[in-house]
Amino acid sequence: MTPDATGVDAVIDGVTAVLLVVGALMSLGAAIGLLRFPDLMSRMHAATKPQVLGLFLMLAAIGLQMRTWWVWPVLLVAWIFQLLTVPVSAHMVGRSAYRTKHGHRELLTKDELEAVVQRAAEIQRAAPDA
Amino acid sequence: MKDIVLIATAVILGLAAAGAIIRIAIGPSLLDRVLASDVLLAILGAALAVDMAVNRHLNNLMLLVALAIIGFVGSVTVARFVAERRDRSNDS
Repeated sequence: MTPDATGVDAVIDGVTAVLLVVGALMSLGAAIGLLRFPDLMSRMHAATKPQVLGLFLMLAAIGLQMRTWWVWPVLLVAWIFQLLTVPVSAHMVGRSAYRTKHGHRELLTKDELEAVVQRAAEIQRAAPDA
Repeated sequence: MKDIVLIATAVILGLAAAGAIIRIAIGPSLLDRVLASDVLLAILGAALAVDMAVNRHLNNLMLLVALAIIGFVGSVTVARFVAERRDRSNDS
């Protein structure tokens, strides 16, 4: 990878290779989870892996390979924005999945959201225009 | 070593993308497909990052940052749309 592939450079290249392969395995794990898990909620659990941890490993590999300090803040911005936006979309998908009766109810051991949703529906029924 | 890493990540990411596309194709509901397309977007970003790390350039870095900032808008929009439509059909 480098003209001087000895000592520190070799170690950094090895660490980069491990980070890249593990980050790619996160994507593969998400795909296997998407194909094998029974309902939408458990598939959402699998889908988070490449979006957060996989992206972190890939960005760390880029930062190690560039060997300049100024690229690290840009990578950090990319990862922090991913951390901020992925929960938003996951919350919205999970919210509408619960309310449209996706998912297998018999797989749940406890459903603490049911009472809240029913109360909200009763309030909505009592005052539909509110 | 460069070639080995590149081939290994290409095979792994290719299999992962195939799995996500299969889930998009057979997904029983719209939200499954949205979730799988989010995963496909993450796999695409991972492939861009592998290219940047192995070939040591930063051409796609701004694309990664932009994906991290606005990539969630699509799935949020679809999730709202599904909720709205189901609510209205329940009311009527």
